[in-house]
Amino acid sequence: MNPSVEALRAAFGDAIGRAVESCGDTIVYVARERLRDVMRWLRDTPGQEYDYLVDLTAVEYRDRERPLEVVYNLRALRRGADLRVKVELDPRGELEVDSVVPVWQGANWLEREVFDMFGIRFRGHPDLRRILMWETYAEGHPLRKDFPLRGRFSRAEQVRQALAANPEAHYSMEELSIAAAYDELPADMRERLRRGERGRVPDGA
Amino acid sequence: MKRVIETREVAGQSPNYLLARLRDLVDWAVNASRANSLWPMPFGTACCAIEFMATAASRYDFARFGMERQAFSPRQADVLICAGRLPFKLAPVIRRIYDQMPQPKWVISMGACASTGGIFDNYAMVQGIDTVVPVDVYVPGCPPRPEGLLYGILLLHKKIKGESLFDRVPRREEQPLDARGLRLPPAEIDELSEPFGNSVQQFRSA
Repeated sequence: MNPSVEALRAAFGDAIGRAVESCGDTIVYVARERLRDVMRWLRDTPGQEYDYLVDLTAVEYRDRERPLEVVYNLRALRRGADLRVKVELDPRGELEVDSVVPVWQGANWLEREVFDMFGIRFRGHPDLRRILMWETYAEGHPLRKDFPLRGRFSRAEQVRQALAANPEAHYSMEELSIAAAYDELPADMRERLRRGERGRVPDGA
Repeated sequence: MKRVIETREVAGQSPNYLLARLRDLVDWAVNASRANSLWPMPFGTACCAIEFMATAASRYDFARFGMERQAFSPRQADVLICAGRLPFKLAPVIRRIYDQMPQPKWVISMGACASTGGIFDNYAMVQGIDTVVPVDVYVPGCPPRPEGLLYGILLLHKKIKGESLFDRVPRREEQPLDARGLRLPPAEIDELSEPFGNSVQQFRSA
């Protein structure tokens, strides 16, 4: 068992749930209200120094009664230690958890992916948009267990919606690295970027 | 050449007439030029693109068939080769590339995924690029070996050589998207996208 678990219990008490060991890795469950504090503590406290967020993902189990989990794989590069932190979310309640982008910048796209695939919202995320599916995708969140494998719409409707999407609208100006060159762009391109041309983003996406 | 030009013999002498219809000669010249200098626009999205590269490289070398110059610009391309699966997110991209290619243009769908969706019978994948752009030659395989792609290219040569400039109907339809924004009627797209093989065991709602 990773000694960080005992240190976490000493520092956060009841906010730390059960801890299990699996295949040599320690998994510790954290209350979602304290998630960001715990993460910041794990990164900044001498002796912990989990400075690298290896991966951030989510799991929904086939058992509908089990909560969804958001999984954070942490690594302390200097100490060579790993810790897996999980937050449980009740699927009947609000699927929302604090963003860890303020702690690790690298969480930005990882959280967007989890939002896209599971519909879990991250409070305080700077730019919570879909990242794999296009922004106007209206069928829902594909990795949820209630999502049919072939999608919700007919194939013809899927093709129609896909062809109606604007391939240039997948990127924000920042991602295209042309924000600084905005004034030098052709007028029509400036106008399109200003309007976004993203189409209508479906409600509740 | 035999089909285009016939010889007439006068009794007792060696063949001394050459007869040909002008339109056949023109068709022959135009089609031979087109077929033997196809410039491919590679649209490689998956492992088929690796086989495509092998076909282009020295061992198989499709430059032998006049495909020396790969046009990575649709404006200078004759044949769009979709090598690999096409996700819905890329559908408007391949459609735009196809629209940007000048006539005459042809499309080769390389591999099982491009032709039918292959094993990816899921929410993200176009079930055959013929629901998005018209296709001339389908090359089966997962992925097809370079010989397979070369055979497909030779089939396309055959098809091109059978075309005629003088056909009354437009030789190749542009097939623009209709008012619904589709190339085919929705029922036809649904039919083309029907599950087959192992996928039929899987219910839509599963």
